[in-house]
Amino acid sequence: MSKEKSEYLINRNDNQYEVVIGLEVHAQVLSQSKLFSTSATKFGAEPNTQVSLVDAAFPGMLPVINEFCVKQAIKTGIGLKAKINKRSVFDRKNYFYADLPQGYQISQFKNPIVGEGKVILDMPDGQKEVGIERLHLEQDAGKSIHDLDPKNTFVDLNRSGVALMEIVSKPDLRSPEEVNAYIKKLRSIMRYLGTCDGNMQEGSLRADVNVSVRKKGTKDFGTRCEIKNVNSIKFMQMAIEYEANRQVDLIEDGQSIDQETRLFDTKKNETRSMRSKEDAHDYRYFPDPDLLPLEVSDEFINQLQSEIPELPDEKKKRFIDQFKLTPYEANIMVSDIETSNYFEDVVKKSDVKLATNWIIGELFAALNEKNLEITDSPISAGNLSKLINLIKDGTISGKIAKTVFEQMMEGDKDPKKIVEEKGLKQESDPQALEALIDKVIDSNRDKATEYKSGKVKLFGFFVGQVMKVSGGKANPQLVNEILKKKL
Amino acid sequence: MSDITKQTLSELVNNIKEKKLSSSEITQAFVDRSEKSKELNTYITEDFSNALEKAKKFDDNPKLDLKLPGIPMAVKDLFCTANVRTTAGSKILNNFVPTYESTVTQNIWNEGAILIGKLNCDEFAMGSSNETSFFGNVQNPIDKNLVPGGSSGGSSSAVAAQLTPITIGTDTGGSIRQPASFTGTVGLKPTYGSCSRYGIVAFASSLDQAGPMAQNVQDCALLQEVISSYDQKDSTSIDFKRNQYSKELTKDIKGKKIGIPKEYRVDGMPKEIDDLWQKGIEYAKDCGAEIIDISLPYTNYALPTYYIVAPAEASSNLARYDGVKYGFRADGENLIDMYEKTRSEGFGAEVQRRIMIGTYVLSSGYYDAYYLKAQKVRKLIKNDFDEAYKKVDAILTPSTPSSAFKIGEKTNDPVSMYLNDIFTVPVNLAGLPGISIPAGHDSKGYPLGLQIIGKAFDEQNILNIAYAMEEKINFKNKITDWWIK
Repeated sequence: MSKEKSEYLINRNDNQYEVVIGLEVHAQVLSQSKLFSTSATKFGAEPNTQVSLVDAAFPGMLPVINEFCVKQAIKTGIGLKAKINKRSVFDRKNYFYADLPQGYQISQFKNPIVGEGKVILDMPDGQKEVGIERLHLEQDAGKSIHDLDPKNTFVDLNRSGVALMEIVSKPDLRSPEEVNAYIKKLRSIMRYLGTCDGNMQEGSLRADVNVSVRKKGTKDFGTRCEIKNVNSIKFMQMAIEYEANRQVDLIEDGQSIDQETRLFDTKKNETRSMRSKEDAHDYRYFPDPDLLPLEVSDEFINQLQSEIPELPDEKKKRFIDQFKLTPYEANIMVSDIETSNYFEDVVKKSDVKLATNWIIGELFAALNEKNLEITDSPISAGNLSKLINLIKDGTISGKIAKTVFEQMMEGDKDPKKIVEEKGLKQESDPQALEALIDKVIDSNRDKATEYKSGKVKLFGFFVGQVMKVSGGKANPQLVNEILKKKL
Repeated sequence: MSDITKQTLSELVNNIKEKKLSSSEITQAFVDRSEKSKELNTYITEDFSNALEKAKKFDDNPKLDLKLPGIPMAVKDLFCTANVRTTAGSKILNNFVPTYESTVTQNIWNEGAILIGKLNCDEFAMGSSNETSFFGNVQNPIDKNLVPGGSSGGSSSAVAAQLTPITIGTDTGGSIRQPASFTGTVGLKPTYGSCSRYGIVAFASSLDQAGPMAQNVQDCALLQEVISSYDQKDSTSIDFKRNQYSKELTKDIKGKKIGIPKEYRVDGMPKEIDDLWQKGIEYAKDCGAEIIDISLPYTNYALPTYYIVAPAEASSNLARYDGVKYGFRADGENLIDMYEKTRSEGFGAEVQRRIMIGTYVLSSGYYDAYYLKAQKVRKLIKNDFDEAYKKVDAILTPSTPSSAFKIGEKTNDPVSMYLNDIFTVPVNLAGLPGISIPAGHDSKGYPLGLQIIGKAFDEQNILNIAYAMEEKINFKNKITDWWIK
């Protein structure tokens, strides 16, 4: 495991600093209903239409744990190769805010449902292991909307009570690139498991980023700052770079770093102090007396274990073994469950090598251009494998295949039909080709003579003419052979 | 029948079943008496006309196989009742009308009973005299200017004054048993987990329990049978086999072992209370029970433990009353200002005191010394009972260290007020059932109660002991109707 190259180092004067990063990722549990109520969790609903009496904290209302969310958290724990705690406790985190109806958030403080685990990152310079400290379940708060009215704040409680998994990493990350890889890997694992949709635009995945710096080679951690609630990988990376440099500047200037909570201003690309350690809330955590400790049996965990699908790391290994993919190719293919499913569907019926190249090359480029996910691909796995088979059996050339592919991108058409309708089938009949070539030589007698007298460069001209006359359909290999004979 | 309101619940039920009385007649009688009893200030919200309408509907289509057919009933204003204002005795919920019904009250209506009103109580059930209610003092029908106990003071007063045949209260540290004791009535705090907390305005979640309050043990048993149910909407509700408490009620308690805890003989306890206790022991012996001396060594720590745990939970439970979503809101310059004004104006002094105590004991740096230690002591208190119950079937103690006191007597001395809960609080901390039955009078003629504490889920046993002793004690409440002009 090489660590050195994926480091992010900052040089100032004669000093070299490394950045130390830990993430608290908030991942919304993929679930029809909330953590402690039966309200729906659909994104984008009209404000305050998915709010029960429990979510709005009416007097006498009590939380009842949603078993499905517990299962989702345990599955995620298994996916993170983590210790599942058979006994966990829900605590109240007390603070006042308008979008926190209970006046406390139900979370897990001392006894989380999932303990230590790990995530393996594939960095360009090798693999890197990132430790997971814990995963716990908690409620999301509602949303305060400040910009609808000059004087009032509006509150939308649709999100109030939605189940979140807070996944806390160890301070093992050393660069914005590693953070990128870590978030993507976490997202990938959870999407494989179906426990979080990982949709960062909709806020299903966001993170608090803890950043500190220290002189390269020292062991003690520097004072860290926590950048709250960053909701895209790009912003996380920008925030880390800004924050690390800010801290280095302070140290170089002989100042100390205050442990504080900061906000990342995406417009100005800077972090700003939100509250200092002294102003930190005293959350007065204590076990929620409305809920008994959560106890799960070995049987319960084993059942969930048996429902765990093949995860990216295992799938990658299999793709390398079974399909002889390179580690680079395998990484791309397993990066998300949909791509890997697509790939496996394609190679079920067609050549692996060609399929790999076409997916990573043409397909990804085309999808990228149209800003589409693989699940929205106009070309189904079945049709892509048909196209590959047409290339493989010589029905069309690679070049023609690109034309067909372009057509297919316009709508999911059967490539065989496109080839037939447009008459794109490759001409591989030697007799037909001979006739064609004779005609070309005939009408270019002078050039043929020049060729024979030693101007061999003209061979390309003849190939071009033949291809032109055939409408690009002539089998290039045969054309070469016959031309050589005839000239 | 002129004295409908003097009838016990069982008598009323029989009269309805035998069609000697209609629900309308009974409801009218209790409404009339309630109307004449406004001076007691038992009601926060009256629902008389709706009640009479419902009674008429019942009579039009009587369902006589129900357990509480057409019986009118007022309930403590801590139970949320659909479309009927629910205040918890607080200004902060002065205008709050729930759209939902608590499980306990729903169980009652399901058996045919009819709501006639919401009864006064200490604000958020925090008090031992009903003096912390935003809606004013409740008079004890025993004597003018006497507190009815608390926090279920409106409930105890209403039952004792026969404004409702039976009622329900809630008991977090003695709030059913102490007012029952002060008014010469019967009050049962069930095992924690027996009655659903769904829809009850929370005070201290790990201690709160709803329970029946009645004129006698039989009625109390019947109401317990109705209100106790397993409820998936309350995660602390327990699914155990519930008895048909009233049907299984028996006076045969021969051979039952009853423990007398020496630690309950507290310093400064009035002789009258000690004498009552001794008499209680004799009654129990008369019923055939065996008396055994026991020790509950951690009893002394119960009160301080309670006054850490209960305020801690309350400080968090009451955070939701912030002026944002429902209830009282004071205007403020900004969010924090609105919070501060709303909560300063909306909560009374005792509630604010407990929120502050609770906030303090949960604070970083104090949590271990107070809250965590209190939880450990709580476990030791429970262990005391577990040990005792290896030797005995139930425990007999006084319900309170004194009889009812005068309104205003202890308002400026919160600690002396808290001491009133000394015999009842350990039962809540241990999650056990306890019943208070009237057992005699002090020199002033005020009632005094005895408490029988049972094993968890053993309500039937303490009801049986109470039932047997009730007959021997043959208590008669001295109520003169002084408030009726």
